[in-house]
Amino acid sequence: VKMARLLPFQIAVVSTVVFVLCSDFVYCNNGRRVGDVMDTEFSGFSVPLEHSFEVDDVAKFQVRGALVLKAGREPGVSLTQNQLSEEDRAKLKEVAAVDGLYRIRVPRVFLQADRQTERQMEGYLTAFVRACAMVESHLSDVITLHSDVSGYLIGVSIVTLPGACRGTEVEDEVDLEVFNTTLSILAPVNAPGPETALFLERMEQETEKKGKNPQEQKSFFAKYWYLILGGAIFLMVSNSAQPPAGGGREQS
Amino acid sequence: ATTAMAKLILLCLKFVTLCGSIGAVFEDQVGKFDWRQQYVGKVRFSHFDTHVQSSKKVLVATENNVFAALNTRTGDLFWRHVDKTGPEGSIDALLQHGQDAVLVVGNGRLLRSWDINVGGLNWEIVLDSGSFQAACLSGQQDNVKHVAVLKKTVISLHYLSNGHQKWIENLPESETVDYQAVYSGGNGEVYALGVVPHSHIAIVVYSADDGEIIKQVSVEAPWLSNIQGSCAVISQGMLTCVDPAAVSLYMLDLHAESQMTQVPLQSLGLEVVPGFRPVLVSTQPNPAQQPLSEFFVQLGPENYVLLQLNNGQIVTLRDFKPAMLVSFVTAGEKTVAAVMSPKNKTVNQSDTSNENDHFLTTACSINLFSAETGRRLLDTTMIYSLDPNVGKPEKLYVQAFLKKDDAVGYRVMVHSEDHALSFLQQPGRVMWTREEALSDVVTMEMVDLPLTGTQAELEGEFGKKADGLMSMVLKRLSSQLILLQAWIAHLWKLFYDARKPRSQVKNDVTIENLSRDEFNLQKMMVMVTASGKLFGIDSKTGSILWKHYLEDVPSNAAFKLMVQRTTAHFPHPPQCSLIIKDKDTGLATLHVFNPIFGKKSHVTPPALPQPILQSLMLPLMDQDYAKVLLLVDDQYKVSAFPSTKNVLQQLQEMASSIFFFLIDSSQGRLSGYRLRTDLSTELIWEVVIPTEVQKIVSVKGKRPNEHVHSQGRVMGDRSVLYKYLNPNLLALVTESTDQHQERSFIGIILIDGVTGRIIHEAVQRKAKGPVHVVHSENWVVYEYWSTKSRRNEFSVIELYEGMELYNSTVFSSLDRPHAPQVLQQSYIFPSAISTMEATLTEKGITSRHLLIGLPSGGILSLPKMFLDPRRPEMVSEQSREENLIPYAPELLIRTEWFINYNQTVSRVRGIYTAPSGLESTCLVVAYGLDIYQTRVYPSKQFDVLKDDYDYMLISSVLFALFFATMISKRLAEVKLLNRAWR
Repeated sequence: VKMARLLPFQIAVVSTVVFVLCSDFVYCNNGRRVGDVMDTEFSGFSVPLEHSFEVDDVAKFQVRGALVLKAGREPGVSLTQNQLSEEDRAKLKEVAAVDGLYRIRVPRVFLQADRQTERQMEGYLTAFVRACAMVESHLSDVITLHSDVSGYLIGVSIVTLPGACRGTEVEDEVDLEVFNTTLSILAPVNAPGPETALFLERMEQETEKKGKNPQEQKSFFAKYWYLILGGAIFLMVSNSAQPPAGGGREQS
Repeated sequence: ATTAMAKLILLCLKFVTLCGSIGAVFEDQVGKFDWRQQYVGKVRFSHFDTHVQSSKKVLVATENNVFAALNTRTGDLFWRHVDKTGPEGSIDALLQHGQDAVLVVGNGRLLRSWDINVGGLNWEIVLDSGSFQAACLSGQQDNVKHVAVLKKTVISLHYLSNGHQKWIENLPESETVDYQAVYSGGNGEVYALGVVPHSHIAIVVYSADDGEIIKQVSVEAPWLSNIQGSCAVISQGMLTCVDPAAVSLYMLDLHAESQMTQVPLQSLGLEVVPGFRPVLVSTQPNPAQQPLSEFFVQLGPENYVLLQLNNGQIVTLRDFKPAMLVSFVTAGEKTVAAVMSPKNKTVNQSDTSNENDHFLTTACSINLFSAETGRRLLDTTMIYSLDPNVGKPEKLYVQAFLKKDDAVGYRVMVHSEDHALSFLQQPGRVMWTREEALSDVVTMEMVDLPLTGTQAELEGEFGKKADGLMSMVLKRLSSQLILLQAWIAHLWKLFYDARKPRSQVKNDVTIENLSRDEFNLQKMMVMVTASGKLFGIDSKTGSILWKHYLEDVPSNAAFKLMVQRTTAHFPHPPQCSLIIKDKDTGLATLHVFNPIFGKKSHVTPPALPQPILQSLMLPLMDQDYAKVLLLVDDQYKVSAFPSTKNVLQQLQEMASSIFFFLIDSSQGRLSGYRLRTDLSTELIWEVVIPTEVQKIVSVKGKRPNEHVHSQGRVMGDRSVLYKYLNPNLLALVTESTDQHQERSFIGIILIDGVTGRIIHEAVQRKAKGPVHVVHSENWVVYEYWSTKSRRNEFSVIELYEGMELYNSTVFSSLDRPHAPQVLQQSYIFPSAISTMEATLTEKGITSRHLLIGLPSGGILSLPKMFLDPRRPEMVSEQSREENLIPYAPELLIRTEWFINYNQTVSRVRGIYTAPSGLESTCLVVAYGLDIYQTRVYPSKQFDVLKDDYDYMLISSVLFALFFATMISKRLAEVKLLNRAWR
């Protein structure tokens, strides 16, 4: 239980750190072509993050940024991404107006593989969010990558914050320039088994508690001495009343 | 010790007060609200008990590995033995002698002898390994003492009395020769008959005394490939085979070393229907004697000829044309042949589109013929009328007996292709029918019964469009009058029935007087069976009200039953749709019918030329109140049913909010699609679970008719913890491909079906399937096998939004950015389980129970309260306030939780729950080999007055109070008046 609670916290910390880093990247590496395979200080590897938003809803994916994935026991992820061009901004608003979809996709990867060739697999993982939500949240999205037990990426999800489409017009073009992305990678949680050890411990504690309590420890005689005494006296009295009659007959 | 005892009692008391568990049934309630029907399955072998003249037993061994004795008078079970499922318990052969029945079980693994009178086991022995080929009884001088078992490589002889092996011998040249049959003619010899396909027949003769090979012969037979299918032994050991290619009979005397003599069928004046493979039918009335010299040869689907071997010459006794089925039967010394032939044929009126004359047999006649002469016996005709909704007869089992005047009388058990058994008596009275198709129910639904005529009339009034004030008033008056009339009639009936003794008042349910009861406790159970036969069963009594046999249903079909229109939309009839899909090709057909009467609907179902991937029922309705069914084909095109203009228009409007998902478990791919206005689809999300690691074994959504009454749970500190109630949530269960007990695991993935967002992903390590899952409200319960601890465990996952709701008015998967809180806890369960389901009630106020079908045949109603991840390890004031049970790792099975008391339900495969009109009551049907229906009250009957409720007392108290107030009021008035005067 503790682990499960700790993990999201850790991820949150990691992702905020990552976020600070990547916003740095965005400003420093504007000239650099993203999507290229590159080695970073994470000693991870990079895969493209692509997006698509079209008025006719036919997906045409373009590179949005590069995900830098760190393999190993504690998978990490970071993101460098481009700004939206003037043209794209206009298109996004247009798509939002017709309630189109904003889709993203990442290639399927295997995080634990050693060689680059083994990492990438055929196919993509895709997710979507309504384009209007993307616009109205000023490009604030939360992207989560899900991996399975052995380190395959199995799914990606995207939500915006706030998530609703209220129809508010975004006037300022500047709000649609820079992505404000929170990124995390999640591995499956270990489901707990039956907690027998704790239960037994508790039982033991209870029996110990009972043991310590002096009232409980009293012996049978100590507890009920008055009843036994009363009974004994009663018996004695009834016995002493009878003998004369019986004894008399025996003597005769 | 005393204190411990006191604590225990206190704990027990606490439990009792906390859980408010369902009480077990009282003795006088047994069978009042519940019923059970026991089945045996599709009959494979059947024998009538002939060793006593007046016996009422018929033995059946079935494909479901059941061996049972039926009462021929009533069709009830005398006794039944249910063996293991699968090939391990399959019954290979049934031989009967006297009061013993010998069974070969599990591909020749076991030999068992049963006493058929009481159904007790006489003996059981384990046979040597080897696949089973054939078995026969072997006798000498009219005494049957042994049973011979032929396997692939060995033949063995066993005593009938105790099963001990008399001898066992290896079969010569068993690598090349395929031994297929064993025969004994009562002369102390056992014949093993083998064949080398397209080469020769090998005959090995063993001495029954010591197993010594007396003779070994091999005869040329290049045309023969299979003995069992084309040969029979007749007369004095004449092996007779039929060769479809040469259209001839071949005969071989087993006693003499000789060649096979060919007898062309044409020389007998017989002609085989082209393309038909002739079949021989012979009989050996007594295993200690030779077979009869008469035998049938089937020349076509409806043509049999009775032949006789007379001094080495084959003579035609009688040609039966048309004849559907034949069977030999022996009564005393007389052997007769029963022949079923079609009686009258009518042109099928409904099938006029068919150019060919499509004949439909409406009745068959069965006659007895003397086997020796082929002459028809007088007064032996029996008429068997064929219901068009019932399958064709497949096999005849005849019970013959000698009447007082030495004439032969008989009864017939007809086995039809829909697995039904009918027992007939002269002149055609059906004594009973067993619908054995019900032993294999695949899916079911419960449908509300229609309103009575008067109720419907009233409903209809509101349904119609208003046309003028006057007519409306008149209509209202007339319907009120009808109601009054019905009420008076009802009162009269009550009065009339009250005078009759109770036993005479019969409440037979027929299809005509079906109507909904006050609390909607009686419903129509629509059951779909694997054989393709549909049943409508009254849930109150269990009687079958209608049946409908669907022909040409593929054997590997998957069924999905949906209620498109309920009975609530009078005058439109209720409508159910059944999708029958061939699992291999993916091609599907749609059967649309009325669930109350079972009749095929007039609505023509759409033709489905493409394989179907997915079907989904939308909450949209067309103008006739039928819900829209969407079918997605392999081109990802969507077709709607019904597809009227109205529907298509609605679909276009709604298209952008219609999402569906497809799961390809072989590739581990889950994909989400959105509907476009032109009814094509677009892929919007994709999740891929690599099949190298884990494979998807089950996907469970929530039931669409589920209601959740409370949005949250009140905590100890009076704050509210809100439930995460996502109607689109799917619970995905995966099993690891690695089966090693240290590394195997089970994955639980909760995924939103609209957005493809993975809400929660967990692995249960060192665990193995089979996994049973229930997904409802905000929780998922699953059961698995823990390989580490070697026990069954339950785990529960609950999802909460937290202390405040994101959007309390409506839930949208597209706008719920925060992930829910996930709580999980696991427990040990002391038994394996077969199936699991949750109770369902009308409004969801009643607390939930899990209904668990156990392999032992019990159905356990486990309060969901025990599966609550918020059960605290340490009891605190707050948890006590919240009525949480302290955590205990083990879930106990308490006997009063069994809802089916002693009514064991064999091999329960599924449990269906349906709400009733009473909030407290949930209807439950458990099906498997047996069917069991009952009601459960998870929170007791809080909305029902008890049977022994004292109406007299309460009304007298009320009246007394009323009068007391009247009097005191009067007195007070008088007093006030007096005071005023003073």
